[in-house]
Amino acid sequence: MTLAEAENNVIEEFSMYEEWLDKYEYLIELGKSLKDYPEQSKTDDKLIKGCQSRVWLDYKLEDGRLFFNADSDAIITKGIISLLIGIYSGRTPEEIASSDFSVVEKIGLKENLSPTRANGLVSMIARIRETALKCIRI
Amino acid sequence: MKVEYIRSMFPTLSRKVYGKDLVYFDNAATSQRVCTVIDEWNRMSTESNANIHRAVHRLSDEATQAYEQTRSAVRSFLNAKETREIIFTSGTTEAVNLVAFSFGEAFVSAGDEVIVTEAEHHSNIVPWQLMCRRKGAVLKVLPVDDSGHLILDSLDDLITERTRILAVTHISNVLGIINPVKDIIRICHSKGVPVLVDGAQGAVHCKVDVQHLDCDFYVFSGHKLYAATGTGVLYGKASLLEQMPPYMGGGEMVGTVTFGETTFAPLPMKFEAGTRNISSVPTLIKAIDFINLLNDNELIKSNEEVKGYLFRTLTSDERIRLYGVPRGTGEDKIPLFSFTVKGVHHEDLALILDKMGIAVRSGQMCAEPLMDRFGVTGMLRISLAPYNTMQEAEYFVECLDKAINMLM
Repeated sequence: MTLAEAENNVIEEFSMYEEWLDKYEYLIELGKSLKDYPEQSKTDDKLIKGCQSRVWLDYKLEDGRLFFNADSDAIITKGIISLLIGIYSGRTPEEIASSDFSVVEKIGLKENLSPTRANGLVSMIARIRETALKCIRI
Repeated sequence: MKVEYIRSMFPTLSRKVYGKDLVYFDNAATSQRVCTVIDEWNRMSTESNANIHRAVHRLSDEATQAYEQTRSAVRSFLNAKETREIIFTSGTTEAVNLVAFSFGEAFVSAGDEVIVTEAEHHSNIVPWQLMCRRKGAVLKVLPVDDSGHLILDSLDDLITERTRILAVTHISNVLGIINPVKDIIRICHSKGVPVLVDGAQGAVHCKVDVQHLDCDFYVFSGHKLYAATGTGVLYGKASLLEQMPPYMGGGEMVGTVTFGETTFAPLPMKFEAGTRNISSVPTLIKAIDFINLLNDNELIKSNEEVKGYLFRTLTSDERIRLYGVPRGTGEDKIPLFSFTVKGVHHEDLALILDKMGIAVRSGQMCAEPLMDRFGVTGMLRISLAPYNTMQEAEYFVECLDKAINMLM
């Protein structure tokens, strides 16, 4: 599946839910499915600032592909990061860096989450992008 | 008087969010604006817009009168002795900064001590920290107990002969407990220590009499009191204000200016440099009129019922931990409830409640030391105003339960 296809899948899936509470139910389930982030990896260098909640994002580069793992103390945030990981994990850094990340706006998350949350979201995306760019430079 | 009548005076309260009726439970952050305040701001901006005090033309005269009448109204609202003891600021934060700076310049030197409490908003901590850093003074902290009450017994030991001032909140924006500021002031004064009272919440919920309290400074914001944003008040005893140097230099605050030397205007202008918030300040009169209207037995009774219902409901739910537990029958608590829910993040709850139409606050609420004290990363807070109804409270309780179940 290409990156564009993965993004479109998420947009389509999200559009099935008309009510905001249903969207949150979906994000909560996604959040719960994101597991196994090791406690010892909850270090400051992996912590993303800008959220009321805390998010830790870790990655590894294997065979030229980036794999992300993350955790958060808030479940909706965790759902959002899980959504992003679903799209971007397992892709090449070049692919990730080429994305405009407009998927977040297209599913209406950016405008409908509170500004503080949106900032958190922006920080999460920025971190994914930075990681990809860093891996390209290596 | 019915709550519905009060509600009808607030245009914002009839709007919908996400298709749901708005339930505004974030009044401790800022209250909604009463229509008389909105009208007055509009009137000042459209009819009497001119700079105050200096010009001789009609519009300036009207604006000056509106501004100075507000000063008199605020004097009477606080029962201050003199009008010149009322300084207009942009809000509580600026007022605390003004005192921390100017008082610090006049009275604090290296090795001196300043006391704040553990229950303070960042606005009543950081200005003092800055001043202490500048002056080489030491910041000391009066702690709270597990119920959120200040531990007054430790105050005696905390005050030394180096203590120059104590700053305390009248009501914590997190705990909602009305602090015994009169007792604190008495203890401090017996040792010659002046006291600043942060009335950001206190001026909204208590009848304030600065002469009865005998506080040296009392500060509050207009925007939490139904008035326009960017308005605030510093009350200070004239004897102290007179000894303090200006906080900012500029127009209005001067006597005569030469490049060699400048003399300063007398109180209150000494502390009001530059063009103030001239179209907003007069809204404080309308806000004070509104506050006076709230002194109605029927309204007070129904407000108390809503507070009691929320207190009983939140404290009888085993999933919920409330911070700031009142003593006795709850007279020392305002309708402000900060809590955490076991196993559920405050931000998740706030996001879901928002989509149900309910505005609450989540996070550290500008009181990080207090969060650390209770060992949490944040809390959820509901804070009510007299326009909030029992129906809204019941809807909130229902939605909170639904939100917790979604997240568990």
